[in-house]
Amino acid sequence: MIPLYWWLIVAAALFCIGLYAVLSRKNAIAILMGVELMLNAVNLNLIAFWRYVTPQALTGQVFAIFVITVAAAEAAVGLAIFISVYRKHGTIDVEKLDIMRW
Amino acid sequence: MPVFQIVHVIVFLILTVLTLGGALGVVLSRNLFHSALFLVLSFAGVVGYYALLDAGFLAAVQLLIYIGAIAVLILFAVMLTRGLMAKRQTQRNQQWLIAGLVALLIFIVLAVVLWQVDWPVATEQALASPSVAISEEGSQLGQELLSTYVIPFEVASVLLLVALIGAVILARETES
Repeated sequence: MIPLYWWLIVAAALFCIGLYAVLSRKNAIAILMGVELMLNAVNLNLIAFWRYVTPQALTGQVFAIFVITVAAAEAAVGLAIFISVYRKHGTIDVEKLDIMRW
Repeated sequence: MPVFQIVHVIVFLILTVLTLGGALGVVLSRNLFHSALFLVLSFAGVVGYYALLDAGFLAAVQLLIYIGAIAVLILFAVMLTRGLMAKRQTQRNQQWLIAGLVALLIFIVLAVVLWQVDWPVATEQALASPSVAISEEGSQLGQELLSTYVIPFEVASVLLLVALIGAVILARETES
């Protein structure tokens, strides 16, 4: 079988790539894509641990299903916010949206 | 059995190239639409991962919800907010170099720490076969969701209702 460590490394790499996307992009939708990558990495971790540590209980899969549910709700609301902001301000460049900054 | 092992490893490596390559494409692509398509590729790689980990139902859920709903929603949003795509300017902000260094540092720390932990991996016999038969995995998940995890299940459905109503109200055209 594939060692557990390989799965954890892939999930960590996916998480760090998502983190870089969140920290370094200007477009708000690109930042949301980075957040989705991070959530996928977390799910992959959960399922890998489920399979290798407690394969007899389905807790890991249930947890992952709830993470997917919350990610879907968050993506829907986030994109609705972006569309509303685009209509009002004409841009979703996060460097230009500074109304709430002091 | 060794052939099975080799096929497992080869499929794992192909899926890794797809997933991490797609993720890098999301981050490094200048065109936002291409980024969204690379995201779809990355999600598809994760579908393969779940199938490789004997989580068949979850692979189907990932395909339906992440690729079929979330990625499509992101593509719609990209097409509805085309302001930034028109200009061929860079997509990176001013702190991209430090962000890259921080992400790389976090990855190195994770790799080192994860190597050193002695994970309580289950015995060989428990690992050899999947926990539940594939044919009844879906029904067992359903039973657990409605018995042991019924409270998070109901809370999740309220969350989805709130998100639905909120998204409709937020994206509504205001008549003014």
